[in-house]
Amino acid sequence: MMDFFGPEEGHYALALACVLALFQGIAPFLKRQGRPSFFSPLTPGFAWAHALALLLAFMCLMLAALRDDFSVQNIAENSALAKPLFYKITGIWGNHEGSILLWIVLLGLCSACVSFIHTRHQNTLSRLKRHALGVLGLISAGFDLFCLLTSNPFARLFPMPADGMGMNPLLQDPGLAVHPPLLYAGYVGFVVPFAFAIAALIDGQLTRLWATLVRPWVLVAWALLTCGIALGSWWSYYVLGWGGYWFWDPVENASLIPWLSGTALLHSILVVEKRQSLRIWTALLALATFSFSLSGTFLVRSGILNSVHSFANDPTRGVFILTLLALVVGGALTLFAWRAPSLHDESSFTPLSRESALVLNTLFLCTLCAVVLTGTLYPPFIQLLLGHTLSVGKPFFDSTTIPLTIPLLIAMGIGPALPWLHGSLRTTCKRLYPAFLCTCAACIPAFVFLPDRMAALCAVLAVWVIYSSVLALFHQLRVATHPFRPSRKIWGMTLAHIGVGVAILGLCGMSAAHHTIVASRLGEHQSLDGLDWQLVSVTDHPGPNYDARVAELRVSRHGHPIAQLHPALRVFSHPHQTISQVAIRSFLTGDLYAVLGSTEHEGQETRYILRLHHNPLAPWIWLGGLIMAGGGLMACPFGRKRTQGTPS
Amino acid sequence: MTLTRRHILAALPLTGAAALGLGFQHILSSMRTGQFDPRAIRTSGGTVPQFPPLSPLPGLQGAIEGIECTSLTQQNKPILLNFWASWCIPCVTELPLLSALAPSLTLWGIAYKDRPERASAFLARNGQPFERVGQDKDGSAAIEWGITGVPESILILPGGHVVWHHRAALTHEVITHDLLPLLRPFL
Repeated sequence: MMDFFGPEEGHYALALACVLALFQGIAPFLKRQGRPSFFSPLTPGFAWAHALALLLAFMCLMLAALRDDFSVQNIAENSALAKPLFYKITGIWGNHEGSILLWIVLLGLCSACVSFIHTRHQNTLSRLKRHALGVLGLISAGFDLFCLLTSNPFARLFPMPADGMGMNPLLQDPGLAVHPPLLYAGYVGFVVPFAFAIAALIDGQLTRLWATLVRPWVLVAWALLTCGIALGSWWSYYVLGWGGYWFWDPVENASLIPWLSGTALLHSILVVEKRQSLRIWTALLALATFSFSLSGTFLVRSGILNSVHSFANDPTRGVFILTLLALVVGGALTLFAWRAPSLHDESSFTPLSRESALVLNTLFLCTLCAVVLTGTLYPPFIQLLLGHTLSVGKPFFDSTTIPLTIPLLIAMGIGPALPWLHGSLRTTCKRLYPAFLCTCAACIPAFVFLPDRMAALCAVLAVWVIYSSVLALFHQLRVATHPFRPSRKIWGMTLAHIGVGVAILGLCGMSAAHHTIVASRLGEHQSLDGLDWQLVSVTDHPGPNYDARVAELRVSRHGHPIAQLHPALRVFSHPHQTISQVAIRSFLTGDLYAVLGSTEHEGQETRYILRLHHNPLAPWIWLGGLIMAGGGLMACPFGRKRTQGTPS
Repeated sequence: MTLTRRHILAALPLTGAAALGLGFQHILSSMRTGQFDPRAIRTSGGTVPQFPPLSPLPGLQGAIEGIECTSLTQQNKPILLNFWASWCIPCVTELPLLSALAPSLTLWGIAYKDRPERASAFLARNGQPFERVGQDKDGSAAIEWGITGVPESILILPGGHVVWHHRAALTHEVITHDLLPLLRPFL
């Protein structure tokens, strides 16, 4: 029994999944005398079987990790006997092979969910679903093969080591346990709009029904991606201990690019649903978003981009993914180039309307996306073309993204106040007047408290976004006959927009953050931002697989104690590595953040290096992210029959 | 099927993606042959990079001038530029070698991310082989030079030609096998 679901079973299940995915990919496209063949109705079954096989493989890897089976290379390299149980489980996706397995498991689950969609014997819809399942199957087959051939998580090691090499202590953190699954679920979730866009292009028509069918998927994927990115940034804030939350690292950008194009897709799909317009653009965004997700994975794993996220880079692996990418993205874009010109929009719209506001929004988001893409790919391409190396960092991204965000924020306030079809300037102004006044009032504190003019302007605009979305909500509630049910979309939108405002306020607050590095004796007082920081004591504590040195800091304002911080330094034995455990005390107004560094001895005297940060409004960044994701999920029409309504 | 503007526009994404894909393919194939290293720092070489002028260390015997781009390019003798810091242990072991080189080769030092008083005390304690010492307090000059750590040494020939960049502490072997052959025309 012990060895029942062992690595070999997992390996077998992975190979089986590969074959099943291939069946799922081919069956819907088989034709017999112009009609779908006998195998076609079996497609959902293949999708289910494929998902189950992958889950079995994943379970086998998890069992191997739990059993400390160091004959599996992946486990020997990333686990150890002394590793806490929780991290033995989460450590599965903390490395290249395991994370690819997680990726394909999620992809398999996505196809299984798609096969659930009830099509009610509607011809167009069931054809759409079949083709989408086929596309999903082909993509899955490619990535299953990638996992099996180039990054097999079940590869064996002989002779079997007595103990594993251990996991990077930086990854032994609950935040990082959830971050990859969420992020991958977001990335992978965009495969469904992608597959449906291809199905629609094959069909040659992109209807309102298509938009209704796809929109919940976009919303869920977007919300998960938002959560994943927010968690990742929070992790870098409190684990890395650099005091920053976003470093414009290529891997971070690789998640931001699909997020931006996904946000654009989220908005343009509304226009398709409401007004049967913007079809080509929406199809392109659906294709682009998943393509960006894929390319991000490729760039990170192939080692082309120089990043702090170090996966074991391997150019052979890179060649495999590049071939896959060429097939998936190249194929999709070729189909787009061939079929998209025949998609015609049914209606046009006036400049002052909700549609044009949404168009403006997608344009700004896509420009932002292009800017981030350029900044990320510039260094390798310049090195390739001109032969000299350079790096693109914060100064470039700050000076290019902020000027684009400002008009986007202004438009975000106005858009929800505009009606569909055509609006009048006068009514809009009248409706936005109170928000405008409140925003003007917000100028004074913003420009007083924030030393940076640009940050202050952004903060004011964030307030504008929040006020105007609340106003738009009130207006909608007054207009709607039923207070909650019909306007769930509106509730979600308002919440998501407020989330953007809150997150931007947090970012602006962080621009006024201060920090200092001191060498402090026991009992010594330091002052930062009008706060008094006293190092009270330093003690040693043993942990499960590390030894910790914990400092106690007392922070007080005008003699009143407000917080106690316990920054620590953990010395891990396996692998031998020292990690500083950041102490953060969050208030609504900001974070107190302390890092304990090394120890200096001068004669009899011992000094402890401390880095103290005061980060105003820092928690708002992640709070905003969560609100955004919540808004996205809220706007999602769960529980309602999605496919009801007449096909146009 | 007539080719309209719509068709051309719809083909644009494919063209862009194909260009990127070809670029990536080229990068990957040169990575495999070792011609392309994404982690390479300053592969251009050849010339002295532009860097902010570095102020001299106060209270230091013998080296009163700081280091600027122009003074480095306008020399008519070879210069060995050495990045060091008082907090760097290999720099301590390297200093006697530098002192032995000093009579035959001009040495300029850059104190990387160091406090002036500590840097001066370090040289006072371990010997001062440098003709000029500049302070790179925030490490911005080191970025321009593509420094990955301390100590690193760079040989600059007259006219500002960078001919040699050694990314570790100097040793006897490195000096005799790598550095001195480059200097033969000038000795």
